[in-house]
Amino acid sequence: MIRTEGLKMEFRVGFFRKRVVALKGLTMEVKRGEVFGFLGPNGAGKTTTLKILMGLVHPTGGAAWLMSRPISDSSVKKNIGFLPEQPYFYDYLTAAEFMDLSGRLFGMRKKEREARAGELLDMVGLSGVKNLQLRKFSKGMQQRIGIAQALINDPELVVLDEPMSGLDPVGRKQVRDIILGLKDGGKTIFFSTHILPDVEVICDRVGILVRGELRAMGTVDELLSGTQVKSVEMTFAGVSGEEFSRLERMSSGMVTRGNETTAAFGDQEAARAAKRLVFESGGEIISLIPHKSSLEDLFMEEVGKGRK
Amino acid sequence: MKVYAIAINTFKEVIRDKIFYSLVFFAMLLLGSSVLLSTLTLGERSKIIEDLSLSSIEIFGVIISIFVGIGLVNKELEKKTIYIIISKPIKRWQFLLGKYLGLSLVLLSYISVMTVCYMLALYMYTNKLPWQTLMAVLLIYVELLVVTASAVLFSTFSTPTLSASYALALYVIGHMTEDLRGLAAKTGQAGVKAVLKFVYYFLPNLEDFNIKARTVHAIPVPAEYILMSVSYGLMYVMAILALSVLVFQRRNFK
Ligand SMILES: Nc1ncnc2c1ncn2[C@@H]1O[C@H](COP(=O)(O)OP(=O)(O)O)[C@@H](O)[C@H]1O
Ligand SMILES: [Mg+2]
Repeated sequence: MIRTEGLKMEFRVGFFRKRVVALKGLTMEVKRGEVFGFLGPNGAGKTTTLKILMGLVHPTGGAAWLMSRPISDSSVKKNIGFLPEQPYFYDYLTAAEFMDLSGRLFGMRKKEREARAGELLDMVGLSGVKNLQLRKFSKGMQQRIGIAQALINDPELVVLDEPMSGLDPVGRKQVRDIILGLKDGGKTIFFSTHILPDVEVICDRVGILVRGELRAMGTVDELLSGTQVKSVEMTFAGVSGEEFSRLERMSSGMVTRGNETTAAFGDQEAARAAKRLVFESGGEIISLIPHKSSLEDLFMEEVGKGRK
Repeated sequence: MKVYAIAINTFKEVIRDKIFYSLVFFAMLLLGSSVLLSTLTLGERSKIIEDLSLSSIEIFGVIISIFVGIGLVNKELEKKTIYIIISKPIKRWQFLLGKYLGLSLVLLSYISVMTVCYMLALYMYTNKLPWQTLMAVLLIYVELLVVTASAVLFSTFSTPTLSASYALALYVIGHMTEDLRGLAAKTGQAGVKAVLKFVYYFLPNLEDFNIKARTVHAIPVPAEYILMSVSYGLMYVMAILALSVLVFQRRNFK
């Protein structure tokens, strides 16, 4: 669906035309039907990549294809929906007027536009305010109308730049549900974000971009498979006296609530020993949870690497 | 169709803006005061009404053309609304043309409203409705179209402040091109002559659109002259817009 090869982008800033390299040869691929999360800290070059794909800026090097056609071929835009970062809309338009304008730009007929706009406003939960001017919309509502306008043409590929930033947890969940709904509808979704918790839940694959370089790409499982179990959390009851003190010394932290105690252990080894001890002393294990390192840990690691 | 969509949207943008209404309000105020003023003077009332009204219609038209015109493209870049447009299947020339036509439509509404008021006042105070005054208004409109196109051209490559200065300069110099030609004939220096000639040939000759004085003094202007001036104006507009598209095509949207 999306392919880039050695994509480079250089900006010249300020009076002395100082070079700012935003992308250092990005090569990546997004496959049909997947949800691809494009991760990276602020300034990594995510927005720049998306703008190149959308034909808003011209890259200084490399090439990119959308649906097997070069990005310079604007005919693919018919099948693409795009939500820019921190979108600004025509705030003097009402939601319905804005949807209508979007439809017109795709050359859709009036009937089709109206039907589709109605459907989408329903889907993003804005049909009640469709005659309200966009200037009166909250941040979350703006983001949702932004997603709705990106879908007016029923695109095969949906490109979203930071769809969840600036939203509260409720808003984030709404956006997440919309993305998952689109995936169920067979769409390909490519979105950038620096908010990680949502990513593991909704992405099939992710790419991690740091300072203009792709540091990792693959499914979340693939990326984390190399990583070790970081800690084990065990909840138990019915242990007291000497054994309890020993468990306390073995663990890296312990909390007791009522007659249940939760202890954390640094590795599998310590956890197994602790388990035996609980059994031998006639106690009971209520739960045992291994914590693998998360995408967040990997992300922080990749971001940290280049700093050294 | 897509051009039309952009044009209508631009029309709504300007029409729903308070600044536009304040400009129209002041234009009306000037029109009204010209009528009042005419009652205080001894000269021919109709001449004074015509003279002052046509001038105020033109001046405020130019202000709207320049200040709204330079904002047309710039606001879209600044507010980044252009991202949602350009990412859709619309060509950049369609976008630019739509923006231009939208503002032309606004100017047409402005001119129409002003002209109706002006004609009413004229009729009430003089019982006359000279048709040539309508032609004078038509030519003012064509002039505004030229000024707007220039404002759009400047704004495709320059900052708003600079664009406004360029457009204003173009308006002022555009009214002096005949003087420039005279000056070119007189000057001895070859370099100065070349510059003056260049300005004469490439800047629009806006005086061509000015039949106000002749109208006020009831000197007839032949229909061919009006037709020629309108064609000249429209051709000039097309040339400037083509140039604007060329510049706009290459732009990066940051
Ligand atoms: N128009 C621009 N002019 C100069 N530098 C820019 C411009 N746009 C982006 N950059 C620079 O490119 C880098 C990547 O920016 P961006 O793509 O916006 O990152 P992200 O979206 O990942 O936060 C940053 O260092 C930023 O300063
Ligand atoms: Mg960004």
